Amino acid sequence: MTVAKPLPHDSAALHVTGQARYVDDLPLPEGAVHLAFGTAPVAHGRLRSIDLTKVRAADGVLAVITAADLDHEIDVSPSPSPEPLLAGDTVQYVGQPVFLVIAESHLLARRAAALADYDIEELPAILSIEEAMEAGSRFEEGPRIYTRGDAAEAITTAPHSLTGSIEIGGQEHFYLEGQAAAALPQEAGDMLVYSSSQHPTEIQHKVAHALHLPMHAVRCEVRRMGGGFGGKESQGNSLAIACALAARLTGRPATMRYDRDDDMTITGKRHDFRIDYRVGFNGEGRIAGIEFLQLCRCGWSMDLSLPVADRAMLHADNAYFIPNMRVESHRLKTNTQSATAFRGFGGPQGMVGIERVLDHVAHAVRRDPLDVRRANYYRPLAGASGGDISEQAKTQTTHYHMPVEDFILHEMTERLVETSDYRARRAAVAEWNARNDVLKKGIALTPVKFGISFTLTHLNQAGALVHVYQDGSIHMNHGGTEMGQGLFQKVAQVAASRFGIGIERVKITATDTGKVPNTSATAASSGSDLNGMAVQAACDTIRERLAVFVAERAQARPEEVRFEGGKVLVGGEALSFDEVVRDAYMARVSLSSTGFYATPKIVWDRIKGEGRPFFYFAYGVAVTEVAIDTLTGENRILRTDILHDCGASLNPALDIGQIEGGYVQGAGWLTTEELVWDGKGRLRTHAPSTYKIPACSDRPDILNVALWDGANREETVYRSKAVGEPPLMLGISALMALSDAVASCGKAYPDLDAPATAEQVLRAVERVCT
Amino acid sequence: MESLSLTVNGKPVSAEVEGRTLLVQLLRETLGMTGTHVGCDTSQCGACLVHVNGDVVKACTMFAFEADGAEVTTIEGMADGDDLHPIQEAFRTHHGLQCGFCTPGMIMSAAALLKENPKPTEAEIRHHLEGNICRCTGYHNIVRAILAASGQPVPERTATATADA
Ligand code: FES
Ligand code: FES
Repeated sequence: MTVAKPLPHDSAALHVTGQARYVDDLPLPEGAVHLAFGTAPVAHGRLRSIDLTKVRAADGVLAVITAADLDHEIDVSPSPSPEPLLAGDTVQYVGQPVFLVIAESHLLARRAAALADYDIEELPAILSIEEAMEAGSRFEEGPRIYTRGDAAEAITTAPHSLTGSIEIGGQEHFYLEGQAAAALPQEAGDMLVYSSSQHPTEIQHKVAHALHLPMHAVRCEVRRMGGGFGGKESQGNSLAIACALAARLTGRPATMRYDRDDDMTITGKRHDFRIDYRVGFNGEGRIAGIEFLQLCRCGWSMDLSLPVADRAMLHADNAYFIPNMRVESHRLKTNTQSATAFRGFGGPQGMVGIERVLDHVAHAVRRDPLDVRRANYYRPLAGASGGDISEQAKTQTTHYHMPVEDFILHEMTERLVETSDYRARRAAVAEWNARNDVLKKGIALTPVKFGISFTLTHLNQAGALVHVYQDGSIHMNHGGTEMGQGLFQKVAQVAASRFGIGIERVKITATDTGKVPNTSATAASSGSDLNGMAVQAACDTIRERLAVFVAERAQARPEEVRFEGGKVLVGGEALSFDEVVRDAYMARVSLSSTGFYATPKIVWDRIKGEGRPFFYFAYGVAVTEVAIDTLTGENRILRTDILHDCGASLNPALDIGQIEGGYVQGAGWLTTEELVWDGKGRLRTHAPSTYKIPACSDRPDILNVALWDGANREETVYRSKAVGEPPLMLGISALMALSDAVASCGKAYPDLDAPATAEQVLRAVERVCT
Repeated sequence: MESLSLTVNGKPVSAEVEGRTLLVQLLRETLGMTGTHVGCDTSQCGACLVHVNGDVVKACTMFAFEADGAEVTTIEGMADGDDLHPIQEAFRTHHGLQCGFCTPGMIMSAAALLKENPKPTEAEIRHHLEGNICRCTGYHNIVRAILAASGQPVPERTATATADA
C-alpha cells in the first residue's frame, strides 16, 4: 500500500532542477504591468493630503491609485471587521499601503512608490500592550473569559502561591518566497488570479468583491508556495486584489511581489503576548488553581486575531489538569502591523504561559520540573495502567469542558526519558554546573498537547475532485494548498492506496477554485485530515462503481472485489486495473467523482468557552539541553531528543521533516528571533541582517527524532494525525532549558522573557546571581 | 543599454541590458531561467546562488555586466539531460527540501563545497551553509543529503514508524 511509505515530496525532482514554478516564475503574456504600494511613514495620523506629482512623473509609471480613486471601499480583511486596501483619511501603522503604483517593471514601480510627499497630522500612536490596556484600545467589547471551578478560592486556600509574568515576542514568518500574485484579464471581464496563498477561495471571494463580480467570474489557482506558515492565510489578499484592479484598469496582465523589506514592514507577524499568572499549589508542586491574564497585541486591524487569541486560551492548560482555572484574554488594538496567523495560531503562546508556570512552581518547590510536570499531567487513559472503574479512572476534562480521551503523554514521556537518558544527563548537567563557573548547562523536557480542528466549526469541511481516465491514469484535485509540507504527496498516497495502484499513476494538480469550490484555508494543521478524507471519499465512489461493474460480470458480490497491486481481484480472477477501467468506460460507467468531508463530533461555543472544539489532540515531547556563557549570555543548543505522535503516519519521512523544521522554527522564535520596533512604531528588524533566523550552524549538534507508534483513536484518514503545527511547540523545551541553565547560577527564579536572546539571558543571569 | 555576452550553462548568450541590471534579473527576466530564486533581495538568504567562473556568487548582488564574458552555471545546468547531478539526487532522496524555494541555492552552494572539499565533515557542511537560509527543514535533511552526495555514510535515523516503511 502506498500509504505509510516514506516517499519524497511530490515536486522533489522539479525543485532540485529548478523547474518548479512559483508565482513570480510564471511566464506572463507580453506587456505585464508591475505594482508596488506606497506606504505610510508614520504610525498614526490624519492624512491631510498627499502629493503624487513626482510619483506620476517617474520613469515607467502608468498609473497611480489612491483610496479616493476607488469606486467603493475595497476590503481585504478575512474577518467581519473591514480592512481597507488603501488607507483613507487616517493611517494606522508604519508600512500601511496608501497608494498603488502601476509601472512597467518591479523596480520602476518600487522607485516611484518612494517619491510621494505626505502631509500628515501625526496623532498619538498606541504601540505597546501596556499603552493599549491603559487606553482601552481593543477588539471586542471586553475581555473573553473561560473558567472552570473557582481559581481565586483555590489559590487562596492552597499551601503555597506565587505570581509572575512573561513577555513573549512575536515572530516573522520569513517564508522564503515573499508574497506574490498575478492577475490575467479574461473574456467578458472575468479574472484569473495566481496567488501565493494558503486560501484560494478567499482570494477568489475578495477579488470578486473588489471587481463587483460574482465569484463564478473569478478563478484562483495555486500550485505551490515557497513556504507559508500562516503568513499566507490572509496577507496575500492585498496583492491579489491590487493585481486584479490593475489588470482591469490597464487591460494587461498584472503582477506584484513584495521586496523582502517591504514584506516584513507591511505584513503581519505572530502575535506578541504578555501573560500574567497567579498560581496556588502544594509542597509537591501539584497545582490547585491558576489565574491567567493573557494580553495579546493584535496590531491595527482585526484580521484573524480573535480565533488566535481564543486558541491561546484553549492551550493555557497544555498537558495539565488544572482543577480550577480562569483565563482572561484581552485583544489589544495597536498602531503596528496587523498580527496574523502563524503556525500554532496562538496555541504556542498559551502553551508557553503554562509551561512557564510549571517551571516557576518547580523552582519554588525545588523539584525536577519534569516530576512536577508529570504530577500535573491529565490522568492516564482508563484501562491504560490496568486501572479500574472508580472515580480515579474517569476521563478528565479541560478548562473549556472537553473530555481528554486520548491522553498518551504518560507513556510517551516515559519512553523519551529512557531513550534520551534524561535522568543521567540531568545529573551530569548538575555536576558540570557545580564544577564550572562560566559555562553553565541546562536541560528540560516539555510536552505538547495540541488541539486539532478549526475552532470556527464551519471551516472543518473539504472537497475533492477525482477523475479516472480511460487509460487508468488519475487526475486528483482538492481544496488544500501545498506550501512545502508535503500535503499533495500524502493525499496522492491516499488516492493510490484506494485504487491499489502506484503513485506514478496519480497526477497531482494545482489547487483551483474552479475545480473544488468553497474551500477552507490550508491551516490549523488540517490539510491532510480534511483533504485526505475528501479525496478518499471521491476515490471510493469511483471504486464502488468499478466494483459493482466487475462483480456483476464475474457474478460475485461487490464487497468481495479488491483493489491491490495494480490489479482488481474478483472471484479468483486478477484483472489489471487499466483493463477494468477501459471496460467500465466502454460500459458507460462514470469514472469521475467529487468527494466531501466534514469533521464529526465537534461543537463549540466560543463566547461561553464550552464544548468540544477539537476532534482530537496531537501529542509530542522534547528534551533539549543547552549551554550558556554567563559572561556574555551567548547560548547554544547541544542536543535535542524528540518523540512525536503523528498517529499512523501517512508518510513518515515527510512527517519527520515537519517535526525537525517545526522544532527549529519554534526554538528560533523563543531564542534568537527578536522583532524590534522603535518609539515611533517603525520596525527596525525588517531583513534577515537584523532579524536572526536559525542558520544551519545553529541547529543542535545532536537531533534525535522518533515517531510514536500508535494509531489515532479517532477515525481520521488511515488513523493518521495532523503534524503541521504541533512540533513547533516542542521548541518550548529550549526556552525552559535556558531557564534551567540560568537557575543554576543562583537562588532566585530566572524570570526569562522570550525570545531569550543573549541579552535576555545575560540580564537573567545577573538577576539570579545578585 | 549595454550589450554583453556570456556563457550560461555551456550555451553562449548575448543580451542588451541597462547598466543597473542585476545578474539575477538577467537570468530570470531576460533569459527566463527562473530556477534561480530571489528570497531576500539583499544578499543574505542564498536562494539566488549561482557559479560565475567557478566561484559561488549571490546573483542578486552582482551586476549583469560584471558577468560579461564569464561562464555562469545555474541550477538548470546541473543535471546531465535526464540524469540528476549526485547532489540533486541526494536532495531528492534524502528529503533535503520542503517548499523547495531554498533548494537551488543550497545545491549550488553544496556543489561549490564538494569541489573544494570532497569529503566534508558534518561541521564543515554546516559552517559552509551559513549563508543559505532554509525556513522549512531545520537543515537536518539538507546536511544528510550533502553527506550522502559526497559518498559518506549518512547517520542512521533513530526514527521508528508505525508502518513497514
Ligand atoms: S536573494 Fe540573493 S541572497 Fe537572498
Ligand atoms: S525548503 Fe523551504 S526554505 Fe528550504
